[in-house]
Amino acid sequence: MEKRVTVKSEREEYRLFRSRAYVAALLVLIALSLVFARLVFLQMNQYEHFTALSKENYQKRIPVPPVRGLIYDRNGVVLADNHIEYVLEAAEDDVKDMPASLNKLMQLLPITIQEVNKYKQKLRVNSRFLPVVLRKNLTEKEIAIFSANRSRFPGFKVSVRVQRNYPLGSLASHLIGYVGRIDKRDLKNMDEAQKANYQGTTHIGKSGIEKQYESRLHGRAGYELTEVDAHGKPQLKLDEKAATTGEDLFLSIDIELQIKAEELLKEHNGAAVAIDPRNGEVLAMASMPAYDPNLFVNGISYANYNALRDNIDRPLFNRALQGAYPPGSTIKPMAAIAGLNSGVVTPSSSVYGKGFYQIPGNKRKFRCWKKAGHGHISLNRSLYQSCDVYFYDLAFRMGIKRYSKAMSRFGFGLRTGIDLPHESKALMPTAEWKRKRFDKFWYPGDTVNSGIGQGFFTATPLQLAHATAIVANHGRQFRPHILRATRVSRNLPKKLVTPEKLPSVGVTKLRYWDDVERGMINVVHGAHGTARSSAAGAKYRYAGKTGTAQVFGIAQNKTYDASKLKKKLHDHSLFVAFAPLENPRIALAIIAENAGGGSKVAAPLARKLLDTYLLTPQQKEELMANDDSTESDSSPSLMNINKLRKEAELKRQLKTQALINGSSNKTKNQTIIRPVQ
Amino acid sequence: MNSKNSSGLSSYIFRWLASLDLVLLVALALLIALGTIILFSASGENIKMMNKHTIHLVLATVVMLIATQLSSDLLKRWSFWIYIIGVAVLVLVLIQGSMGKGAQRWLEIGSLRFQPSEVMKLAVPMMVASYLSKKSLPPSFKDIFIACMLVVVPMMLIVKQPDLGTSLLVGCAGFFVIYFAGLPWKWLGASVAAIAIAAPLVFYFGMHDYQRQRVLTLFDPAADRLGSGYHIIQSTIAIGSGGIYGKGWLNGDQSRLDFLPERHTDFIFAVFGEEFGLLGNGILFFLYLFIIWRGLYLAMKGHDSFARLLGGSLSLTFFIYLLVNTGMVSGILPVVGVPLPLISYGGTSLVTLMAAFGLLMGLRRRKRGYDQNT
Repeated sequence: MEKRVTVKSEREEYRLFRSRAYVAALLVLIALSLVFARLVFLQMNQYEHFTALSKENYQKRIPVPPVRGLIYDRNGVVLADNHIEYVLEAAEDDVKDMPASLNKLMQLLPITIQEVNKYKQKLRVNSRFLPVVLRKNLTEKEIAIFSANRSRFPGFKVSVRVQRNYPLGSLASHLIGYVGRIDKRDLKNMDEAQKANYQGTTHIGKSGIEKQYESRLHGRAGYELTEVDAHGKPQLKLDEKAATTGEDLFLSIDIELQIKAEELLKEHNGAAVAIDPRNGEVLAMASMPAYDPNLFVNGISYANYNALRDNIDRPLFNRALQGAYPPGSTIKPMAAIAGLNSGVVTPSSSVYGKGFYQIPGNKRKFRCWKKAGHGHISLNRSLYQSCDVYFYDLAFRMGIKRYSKAMSRFGFGLRTGIDLPHESKALMPTAEWKRKRFDKFWYPGDTVNSGIGQGFFTATPLQLAHATAIVANHGRQFRPHILRATRVSRNLPKKLVTPEKLPSVGVTKLRYWDDVERGMINVVHGAHGTARSSAAGAKYRYAGKTGTAQVFGIAQNKTYDASKLKKKLHDHSLFVAFAPLENPRIALAIIAENAGGGSKVAAPLARKLLDTYLLTPQQKEELMANDDSTESDSSPSLMNINKLRKEAELKRQLKTQALINGSSNKTKNQTIIRPVQ
Repeated sequence: MNSKNSSGLSSYIFRWLASLDLVLLVALALLIALGTIILFSASGENIKMMNKHTIHLVLATVVMLIATQLSSDLLKRWSFWIYIIGVAVLVLVLIQGSMGKGAQRWLEIGSLRFQPSEVMKLAVPMMVASYLSKKSLPPSFKDIFIACMLVVVPMMLIVKQPDLGTSLLVGCAGFFVIYFAGLPWKWLGASVAAIAIAAPLVFYFGMHDYQRQRVLTLFDPAADRLGSGYHIIQSTIAIGSGGIYGKGWLNGDQSRLDFLPERHTDFIFAVFGEEFGLLGNGILFFLYLFIIWRGLYLAMKGHDSFARLLGGSLSLTFFIYLLVNTGMVSGILPVVGVPLPLISYGGTSLVTLMAAFGLLMGLRRRKRGYDQNT
């Protein structure tokens, strides 16, 4: 105490403190100014930058995928729609005790062990936060059971999924195609704008019309701008733009004709294509066997895919579009036009058919199907009797260059440009082609074979139907197409697709068409026509041409004996036709694989197709009644077969009806217009 | 002064009012009002939290008013015992903590939870001030050394908890006393240099991993975007996106949507900056600066060395709070758990700070009831 009093100087200490306090006050000011300068930097200089970051934080743009457009046939029957499906799903992170929950669920719902295993496998692959589907296609009962027990399964929930659905199953499957999950390859083919448009979309058209018109069917994605908190939980909607539904497509297909064509081809593999010659609309395009496109929508299983891929009948292969068949005699009408136009034959000139053809100076015999030979034969008879020698001679005299060029005017060897992906152009051979392909010279014998649609010459059923339509039209042609009309919205009228007219086949004399047509009429209506039996009792007049395409080469001096050959090596049976004569509304080509002669199999099938398309409902009923009366005359075995067929037919019709009606119940607000013709 | 003839009670109230510094009181009230407004927003309009805050405020005000009545002589006498008890409790907490798990900062007496290190923010400067005020100033080397020991011992105990933020504040509070007592400038310069050299050593050997991480994060917040960098990234976004005028009260997206962590406690300044912008920050900084300067002014008015040293230290410690917190939230200082003084939610810190301001106001008189001019 004493020490303090004596030594301490109050005044000095106060002065000392005061100076220190002033320094402190100044330092405080400087320090706070520095912090404040930082604030000025953040809030003035960097304001925009941080505003953007802040928005990035809390504004989430969630893409809203559009509803895919529907596909209808020409009469409004739904071919592809969107099916609402309920699924049971859960994310791994949301379920506390996964094994126990799965066990309990298996007791509650008919969930199979396979489904559980698949689910576990998917859990391992997917993110812990993403819901994975345990069971698809929940029934209403299953939903009710689960909802009642929901509290026992925290994390599990029933969600709605929209899935592409093909109500008619395998019907026209090659044509309609299917959608599948978007994969890396699909993404690679998209530009940035497309990728943005597909952000919320899971499926994309993989084949057929679904692929061809993907951009129209898909529609435009919308978005929802949502405010989210730090945990990603949506708080409120800031902005939204509704998605634009994809366009509805109306195909030119007549589903009744399509059903008939597929049914007729069930016995044999094969294809049928029908075109309206007046505008190029494809009325039916069948390829059998077919597959169920619904299998592909959510990823086909390996077992199913292998079964389809390894099937010897190749159901995945679209024969109508990609099958390159030797066209056989069905190209004779076009060859005849080519010959007339080039002047190597005239309507009145004739050739002597002695059962085979030999190139002058060559011993090799090119056989005619009629061993005895046709004798002196004119153009007309060469067509209705399908004399091969006449056309061997025609092709030989034209030479491959001229012949090939003339035939390509009918579209042979070229893609028709139909609105479907992966069309084959088959082959209209030329000398250059052979040299390039095989490094071999073109022999005159190759030309001769091409004259009857054999040898290297191949054509797709679509090309054949298209060429037949050109003949029916006397040279005028339209590009074959399947899209008939589009509709942007249900409230707006359909917009028809304008048919694309192609340059006419240049033919110097118009009467040549009549000459060839007469030959084709005689094929079906003439007393000696190769297909006269199949035209019996027709309510309209039509023109046609049979074809029997060799699959198996027969050695010289041997004869073809079907019974000794394997089915796969049997001849293909073909027929082309157009009707009615006065104003052709349908041109078709049909091929039944390994079915035998064209007149025996393909011609009657073609007749049935023409009946299906051209007859009025009353006429069809009459036809049925007539069938009954003829049946009573026939032998008991035949009667039985016919009866069975009839029953099958009825059953099928009922089934189709039910299928179509059923689908109309499923899809709301859609009136299904049944064909009224 | 002139209350000789007044009746007992009224003269008592008059003297009591006269002992308060109304200027500081108004500034504090303004700051607390501003803090309460922003806390309402930062708490997510949480009424329960606001009720608790009100209780804290009432408690803090009562403690402050009591503190104003404590004369500096009284404090000088108590400081030694408060200091000794404080250090003892810190040791106790450490022992308790070593038996439990991880950080142990709280002492639980019944249902009351209480942070003993908080008391040291007042006890250490009081002890150092009382020690040095007995010596002739400027102090000798030996006095400075002993004063330093008085600061370092509790500092180390608090660092061990571990609570770097509080330890730093306690250290500052003690150091400021030595500074005001007349620490020679060359020693000051030498110690700044020593700190500069020691800092890397401390960084590599004396820090916990999480503390080291916080320092690293300051230089590159993006390196650990979701970890320790997250706080700084989100708080700078909040402040920066506030702009000049702010997003408006209750409209801070960063805080409202939970992007800002610890938004009602250590990071409340980011909420303030986001909602009130640079203008609001200007007002806030002006208020703080005013309070600190007023504190220094009051310290100068202290009637003896002890009063001046304690007052100066308390004012500057308040400033350190502000500097460390705003520096951290705006991303120029490492993340250290220091609240924004008088605004961050939390009863302990509010009570301690208000008690300090109470002491500051009472420093002018020697003894309770004594006239200043006697």
